[in-house]
Amino acid sequence: MRGAAALGGTGAGARAAWIAAALGMALLPLAHDRYLIGTLTEVLIFGLFAMSLGLLVGFTGLVSLGHAAFFGTAAYAVGLVSTRVSPALLLTLPAGIAAGTLAALVIGVFALRATGVYFLMLTLAFAQMAYAAAHQWAWLTGGTNGLSGIPRPSIPGVDVGGAVPFYYLVLLAVGTAAILLSRIVASPFGAALVGIRENEPRMRAMGFDTFRLKLGAFVLAGAAAALSGALYAYYNGFVSPDDLYWTRSGEVLVMVLLGGAGTLLGPAVGAGAVLVLQNLVSSLTERWTMILGAAFILVVLVAPRGLAGLMADRWPRPSSPSA
Amino acid sequence: MTAPLLEVVDLTKRFGGVSAVDGVSFAAAPQEITTVIGPNGAGKTTLFNLITGFVPPTSGDVIYRGQRITGMPAPQVAGAGIIRTFQNLIIFNETTVVENVMVGCHRWTRTGFIQAALALPAAVREDRTVRETAMAALALVGLEGRAHDRARDLPFGQQRLLEVARALVARPALLLLDEPTAGLSAQEAQHLVALIRRLRADGVTFVVIEHNMDVVMDAADRVIVLEYGEKIAEGPPQAVQRDPRVIAAYLGEEVPGP
Ligand SMILES: Nc1ncnc2c1ncn2[C@@H]1O[C@H](COP(=O)(O)OP(=O)(O)OP(=O)(O)O)[C@@H](O)[C@H]1O
Ligand SMILES: [Mg+2]
Repeated sequence: MRGAAALGGTGAGARAAWIAAALGMALLPLAHDRYLIGTLTEVLIFGLFAMSLGLLVGFTGLVSLGHAAFFGTAAYAVGLVSTRVSPALLLTLPAGIAAGTLAALVIGVFALRATGVYFLMLTLAFAQMAYAAAHQWAWLTGGTNGLSGIPRPSIPGVDVGGAVPFYYLVLLAVGTAAILLSRIVASPFGAALVGIRENEPRMRAMGFDTFRLKLGAFVLAGAAAALSGALYAYYNGFVSPDDLYWTRSGEVLVMVLLGGAGTLLGPAVGAGAVLVLQNLVSSLTERWTMILGAAFILVVLVAPRGLAGLMADRWPRPSSPSA
Repeated sequence: MTAPLLEVVDLTKRFGGVSAVDGVSFAAAPQEITTVIGPNGAGKTTLFNLITGFVPPTSGDVIYRGQRITGMPAPQVAGAGIIRTFQNLIIFNETTVVENVMVGCHRWTRTGFIQAALALPAAVREDRTVRETAMAALALVGLEGRAHDRARDLPFGQQRLLEVARALVARPALLLLDEPTAGLSAQEAQHLVALIRRLRADGVTFVVIEHNMDVVMDAADRVIVLEYGEKIAEGPPQAVQRDPRVIAAYLGEEVPGP
């Protein structure tokens, strides 16, 4: 039913996929392979970023090409507070999330006045404005050089300086966010978003203030993207205008579509696929973007519902809705 | 006569050169069943769009419970208790029948999405109420057996009944139905007319666009006839059926009535 379908397909299959993913994510670092841990950390961070965009693209039917604005704004905020004020997690994380969420609120209020491709163009334009600002306000952002030397967050009594403890911090943050998001999409609010995607006039006829609902989704997605951007700043130790550039927005959109919009798990799977592919292929050949492009076309042709859709089809559909 | 629930005053809508609705006035008293008939393109759906805030009128007024609601946004009109169904069915295909109906409860639900996401007791309780309300509405339209099927698997006629059920759970004061019997079997149509009567007895006021003259003669207290956007006749069904202008309007189309 609605809750399970929201997670990644239908019923038992989706639940099994989530449990397998969670277990794998929790146990894999025990392999003590630094490279593997780094990749997994990235997969989690970008998985959350992709999930947040999936909330807009897959559930609400809002295709944004400016989602990096919230990711990048949060990353910059974390970088600034960490390097100039204090690296305390309790200070930097709220600052990052607040900055990204505020950006989403402001951009959403304007961009959501438009629909379809005009909405897409507006989100793109706003994100490019943020990119330009990051370039030009060099006194604040370091300009083209960006902000470097961002430390890992400090938490009283816990040292997350090492790769493994930091990985578990990211796992905790992303896991919590994913659970919250899955509850939200399964709630009446999530159902209303899907209703907007399917037929907005019909929702208005039933009394839904669809502008406010879309703004709610946009801000929520912005907040989740901001969390991923904040984690990325800790992880990477460096933020540059590239993190706000439209290619970053395009990349996450590819992750969403590759993995499969319309579920939460799909975009996360897409993020994992893109990053693993990138890591594998870019060490072998320079032409990794071409290979990613080819993989993308293949998935769109063979499995229009994305990789997660392909996986869901392998499990039998439950005949009873209560399954 | 009691004060009308809905009053439409000299309502006009022009699309470019076309007057889709042209100076139409009528009033619907509480618990009255008004049907709107007229040839294709007469402006019936546009009249509904004007009343429900989907399209702003060129001129004229819509008065509801004595208050001017002309040009009010659609969600607010719905919030005030005016609920409509649509001629072209679009339901939420991927969800189940009962979930489609649950969406209609929005007008009176209270819990916000944060409460729902955290599964607070109030939200859980309300969710149960909403589900029960939806099931009850499905029983009213005779679809309780299909509650857990996917909405898109229903035949056309039953999708229409599903839409009626979704309108009912909103607890409307005024229900506007746009061709509710299109695609229904004769038996289903009769069942729907009986339901409309029963709801009227419970206090609901109806304006129904209808092509099926059996339904019109059977259910309507009053008939309004539109042609080229203008109201050409109004009155009890039997009188309207004999009106020469109405007969002329329908010549070349289906001739109304038995
Ligand atoms: N949004 C619009 N833009 C332009 N013209 C419109 C619009 N909506 C309706 N019209 C025109 O207004 C006229 C009335 O259309 P309307 O849909 O109200 O008719 P109707 O009586 O509901 O017809 P039917 O019986 O076919 O449903 C038609 O000529 C139609 O083409
Ligand atoms: Mg019509």
